[in-house]
Amino acid sequence: MIVQLDAVSKSFGSRPAVDRLSLDVPKGICFGLLGPNGAGKTTTMRMVYGATRPTSGAIRVFGLDIAKNTRAVRARLGVTLQQNVLIEALTPEENLRVFGRYHLLREPQLSQRVAELIVLLELASHARVPVKQLSGGFQRRLAIALSLMNRPELLILDEPTTGLDPAVRLALWGRVRELRAAGMTVMLSTHYMDEAERLCDRVAIISAGRVVDQGPPTELIARHLAPEVVEMDCSPEEETALLDGLGAPRHRMRVGGRMMVYLDDAAPLIDQIRRREPERLHSLVVRPANLEDVFLKLTGTMLEAGT
Amino acid sequence: MSVSAPHALAVWRRNASMYRRTWKRNILPNFFEPVFYLASIGLGVGAYITTMGGTSYLEFLAPGLVAVAAMNGASFEVTYNIYVRLHFEKAYDAMLTTPIEPDDVLAGEILWAITRGGIYGGCFFVVVALAGLAPLPAALWTLPVIPLTGLLFASVGIIFSLKIPEIDLFSFYFTLFLTPLFLFSDVFFPLKDRLPETWLWLGEALPLLHPVRLARAAFRGEASPLLLWDLSYMLGLSALLLAWARRGVRQRLTN
Repeated sequence: MIVQLDAVSKSFGSRPAVDRLSLDVPKGICFGLLGPNGAGKTTTMRMVYGATRPTSGAIRVFGLDIAKNTRAVRARLGVTLQQNVLIEALTPEENLRVFGRYHLLREPQLSQRVAELIVLLELASHARVPVKQLSGGFQRRLAIALSLMNRPELLILDEPTTGLDPAVRLALWGRVRELRAAGMTVMLSTHYMDEAERLCDRVAIISAGRVVDQGPPTELIARHLAPEVVEMDCSPEEETALLDGLGAPRHRMRVGGRMMVYLDDAAPLIDQIRRREPERLHSLVVRPANLEDVFLKLTGTMLEAGT
Repeated sequence: MSVSAPHALAVWRRNASMYRRTWKRNILPNFFEPVFYLASIGLGVGAYITTMGGTSYLEFLAPGLVAVAAMNGASFEVTYNIYVRLHFEKAYDAMLTTPIEPDDVLAGEILWAITRGGIYGGCFFVVVALAGLAPLPAALWTLPVIPLTGLLFASVGIIFSLKIPEIDLFSFYFTLFLTPLFLFSDVFFPLKDRLPETWLWLGEALPLLHPVRLARAAFRGEASPLLLWDLSYMLGLSALLLAWARRGVRQRLTN
């Protein structure tokens, strides 16, 4: 195991942020911590790289106790923080050099590694322009370059694509896949379900500082929900009439006026709606069940369970 | 956990990298400031004073101002600049993703504040020496006093920085703490001549008094046992405050 958390808790004063959380990250996978803002993802990540000390519980990274081997562990991992921590007055090249020195790289290795990272993350076009003049996407690439300085075995990404535009997100996902393919273990946190589904081999769904469930995304979906979702606008009163005669669906969930029905086969329901209330088809969407649905179901946002 | 010198040096070098971009602009005022002080107070006010403490007023004033410059250089660094690095640039969050530990951060920052104090105080000393006010070679003994002054005020300032929640509060530190020190620590007049004997202990408590006395002794080439007390005060208080700061920095960075 690259990362092992065993019943880890962390409180800030009387406020519990992480509550008896346990999880294992095996070597070579991309592991996702999935949860809404405030669920304890960042605190969990900070404890993994030793920037926050747990109130109780044990954390081992690369098999080493992080509390006793902080420097040794950090020498072997890289972290991209949620907020860019670049030095805005300096150029990307200078930022890389400063960061290389944090890892005690000396010349000529320092210049060599800086040059490699500039090529690897395609920073050459603006390598000598002050960071404050660069776009958000470029800054994010530089932030990732910094975290790769020491050729880490474990890369920790805290909400890597929050605030980025869709094209930049896609490009960044590509980079993460490349790094994983090159043998790196990746641990990322996100509140985007699509990001977790596309990138992660395994996810842990976190709510209020606890792991609600974990596993590969497809397994989690199969374990908790039927594969097809029919989603439409529908009031609670209309619901019964609409589903009348079809047999009970595996699950039903409601978010305000929007109803989601989870089925093994969506066709009979759609046929029935087409026959009885064709105008309802305007608001109707058929899609595969996803992690968002699992999350809704597991964290109690679900209003009604299927019978 | 203990300080790793190479990591502390990497922290120092981060600040040096940023300073290197602007040092030409930054260093010029450091030379003008002493000129203005010596001209206005030394020559202007000094014209009405025949002697002070046994020398011309200009000669009395010069060594104290060197110590003040070192104090200011270090103080600015551990207050506003550390606050910016902590809260706005998130520099320490970045460092703590690498093998750098909070102790290294503290050591690197103190070392950098001493450097800045050294640049300020050093520039001042050069101007004073060029004006012929620093009798050489005796006055060269001021050179070790400059980094010690930086160390002392870096230690005092960092404690304040760790405690305050908002950047505006630094104005209290400067106007209610450093300014009175500047005015009452033997720089402009000999404190012991104007303070009733029963209150002399209060003067001895002022942190700036000690580097000023050391600098003045160096300029005059007069050693005395009192200087050992000054030296002990500076080193002792620095050590005490740094031990306290160490706990504070650890708590602040790894909570």
